[in-house]
Amino acid sequence: MIPAAPPTAKPAPDPSDTGRGAVAETGATGLAGRTDAAGRVGKRPSPFIVAAAVTVSVLGLLPLGYVIVTGILTGWPTLSALVFRPRVGELLLNTIGLVVITVPLTAAIGVAAAWLVGRTSLRGHRVFAVLLATPLAVPAFVNSYGWVSAVPSLNGLWSGVLIATLSYFPLVYLPCVAALRRLDPTVEEAAESLGSGAWGVFFRVILPQLRLPILGGALLVGLHLLSEYGAFAMIRFDTFTTAIVEQYRSTFNGPAANALAGVLVLLCLFLLIGESGARGRSRYARIGSGVARVTPRRSLRAFTPVGYLFLGGLFALAIGVPFWSVIRWLYQGGAIVWTDAVLVQALLQTVGYGLVGAAVTCVLAFPVAFLAVRYPSRLSRGLESVNYLTSSLPGIVTALALVTISIRFVQPLYQTTVLVIVTYLLMFLPRALVNLRAGLAQVPVGLEEAARSLGKHPFAAFLSVTTRFFAPSALAAGALVFLGIVTELTATLLLAPSGTRTLAIQFWSKVNDINYVGAAPYALLMIVLSLPVTYLLFARSRLTSVS
Amino acid sequence: MTAAIELSGVNKSFGSSRILEDIALSVPEGSRTVVVGSSGSGKTTLLRLISGFELPDSGTISVLGRTVAGPGAAVAAHRRGIGFVAQDGALFPHLTVGQNIAFGLGPALRGGTRKQRARAVSELLEMVSLRPDFAARRPDELSGGQQQRVALARALARQPRVMLLDEPFSSLDAGLRAATRDIVAETLERVGITTVLVTHDQAEAMSFAHQLAVLRDGNLCQVGPPREVYWRPVDLFTARFLGDAVVLPATISDGFAACALGTVAVAPTSLRGDACIMLRPEQIMVEHCESGGADSAASCTGQVEAVDFYGPEVQLAVRLFCVGAPASGFPQSPGTQSPGTQSPGTLVHVRQHGTMGTVVGSRVSLTARGTATAFAARP
Repeated sequence: MIPAAPPTAKPAPDPSDTGRGAVAETGATGLAGRTDAAGRVGKRPSPFIVAAAVTVSVLGLLPLGYVIVTGILTGWPTLSALVFRPRVGELLLNTIGLVVITVPLTAAIGVAAAWLVGRTSLRGHRVFAVLLATPLAVPAFVNSYGWVSAVPSLNGLWSGVLIATLSYFPLVYLPCVAALRRLDPTVEEAAESLGSGAWGVFFRVILPQLRLPILGGALLVGLHLLSEYGAFAMIRFDTFTTAIVEQYRSTFNGPAANALAGVLVLLCLFLLIGESGARGRSRYARIGSGVARVTPRRSLRAFTPVGYLFLGGLFALAIGVPFWSVIRWLYQGGAIVWTDAVLVQALLQTVGYGLVGAAVTCVLAFPVAFLAVRYPSRLSRGLESVNYLTSSLPGIVTALALVTISIRFVQPLYQTTVLVIVTYLLMFLPRALVNLRAGLAQVPVGLEEAARSLGKHPFAAFLSVTTRFFAPSALAAGALVFLGIVTELTATLLLAPSGTRTLAIQFWSKVNDINYVGAAPYALLMIVLSLPVTYLLFARSRLTSVS
Repeated sequence: MTAAIELSGVNKSFGSSRILEDIALSVPEGSRTVVVGSSGSGKTTLLRLISGFELPDSGTISVLGRTVAGPGAAVAAHRRGIGFVAQDGALFPHLTVGQNIAFGLGPALRGGTRKQRARAVSELLEMVSLRPDFAARRPDELSGGQQQRVALARALARQPRVMLLDEPFSSLDAGLRAATRDIVAETLERVGITTVLVTHDQAEAMSFAHQLAVLRDGNLCQVGPPREVYWRPVDLFTARFLGDAVVLPATISDGFAACALGTVAVAPTSLRGDACIMLRPEQIMVEHCESGGADSAASCTGQVEAVDFYGPEVQLAVRLFCVGAPASGFPQSPGTQSPGTQSPGTLVHVRQHGTMGTVVGSRVSLTARGTATAFAARP
């Protein structure tokens, strides 16, 4: 459920930015051109902003640098002994199998659901449109907990595929819904006038135009599969990430965990390169400027029951099962589970981490976004890419790197809240970046210049005009980071000072004690905290599709 | 000539708003019909009904003798075999120009070998005056006019006998528009395809059409050859919609009208008594008259009150002196052209070559040529 982002200069395929930065991009160059021509803003950004952006990005390079440096320091003989062993082969097979099966499955389900919701005359398509985004509010490890409660025998690859598909299909579904709304209906009519029936139009015209949102969503699903720990640990399915956590727990910080992390990073890079290769240079810009007409919805006729069955079944499996389990455990536990004194403490601590993390991330993402929009250059593009790359690394790798670095070089930081916040910053920066960037790009520089021509200092002009416009984007950015932190488990487990009790950590420790009843309130609180943000995400994906 | 497209009694509403009312239109095979109307008149809906993207509430539509919409018949758009070119071309953004054109050719097996398809694409490109190497380009690399021509080639690929064009030139700039229009008209003429084009541009409509249909608020007010509709419109709305019009009150007898400009021949000749007549500005000759007083029966003098410069020609607002002729019929009749009852004479707007050097205050003589159109209603 974590919309991370790939390391591309373009804004990531975050569900909240399904436009893939088309707006941001054109906006950026347009603004810069005008600014440069006028020569009033000046071609050089303030050194403070550059320094801040560079610092954040250098910080972002730490995890990758750590993996590379430890690899070199360990030396090839030790490294190869650690990597080329049956255990790693088994993990590789598991992980690759999971990705290869789950990614196409989520893509197919996501597209089918988006088409049913966006293009057919099924009653209640509006309600379904929102409902199918809600699995994003249920962390994958909570979903897994729900399923294991319902079907205790779940384990192994196929169970992993089931749970992961149900947790992650909205990552494809959301951008596809938004993209479907943006497609030019006259193009589909052109296909009809050329003799294509309903199926022909779908496969020859609609599907190819959805390529970018599908690829972007599929990449996110892949990265999530690689970095998820809790969901797979719960069903005893071993992937690289679960193995690294186990390894770390048993040997604390052995080279074995680092070697595994190295392989995991390679897998991530492989996915990233694969996606950008498949995406190519194509940009399916809408051509022409004809009158936008609302695309008529198709009747499914005889297949109407199949459509309802698909949408209803998907919702029941993805949301119904975990909810039912949580409710069942809560009912079994009775009122007493709510008297757990730690519950309130965990809630407050989680909200606190979420708010501080979101604020810090937004503030530090701002210089990078500002440079990218107002002063596009090789430097600003490079800085952006670094941050996207960092966030596509699994949280476990980032956490491992920061633990080691803090122990070695900044001991006082080890086991402090500061280190946790820095980890969140590195993991979730791109979420903030994508939104801030899009928001900034939409503010017409002309307005700011008008304010300055009316005698305002540039900084005052920026505050009084631009911030007003991009406040909603900043809010969305903060909300997304908040959502990520509230449901973060893996990195927090590794890094948090002892005595830390976030909802996720408490939930996890109860589950590990086989106290499913005690875990239920924590699960419910996490979902309740996430729901509003998920709705915001859904609403914004619609907004971008209108503009 | 038989009718390739036949509409009768076609009605269409969206919700409570009536878009088309009792439309009857017959398009002869192999000809070009242009439906012209202001925006919101329902012309695009008319086209979408013929193409099959909408179904009429009542009435029948038949294409090439087959009823495609009507009681008991509703042929889907993709089975009608009608070519359609949308306003902005609607090229598939994910395909190259060549793939766009080949889209309608069907699967490779049915459409022939790869080589044959490539040849077909080149031929189609050539047909719309584009070089064969355009096939490898992407739609967003083309100009608006080129996109339109590719869209036409794509529609032609299926060799339809009927082609519908929805304001295909309106998104192009003036120079490109005329050139593209000529290429399209010539191509369609050569292949002999029955064509219906809708537009809001009167000049475009008249130059493209064999048959012109004027649509107003969902009703067809006149259908006929462009010259006839331009010179003999059935009502003042149509007259003004197709171009500038000088409308004067007149008294008609025996095929001649007595009006502010003197005596002018009118059609239809059947009309008698009080009426109004319509002249196109190009029917009125403007000449300087220092001597004053014109002798011709169909002329009078006036004073220039305003001059608007349009480049090749100027538009003059002329206040006529000679109110005598029609005065018997219309004592100080305040028509649309004469503001205020106290004004001494009718104000008419006429055109003149820009080379004449007419200034405000000049005295000019106006002479009407040709036949005016008479309407029973007063202006």
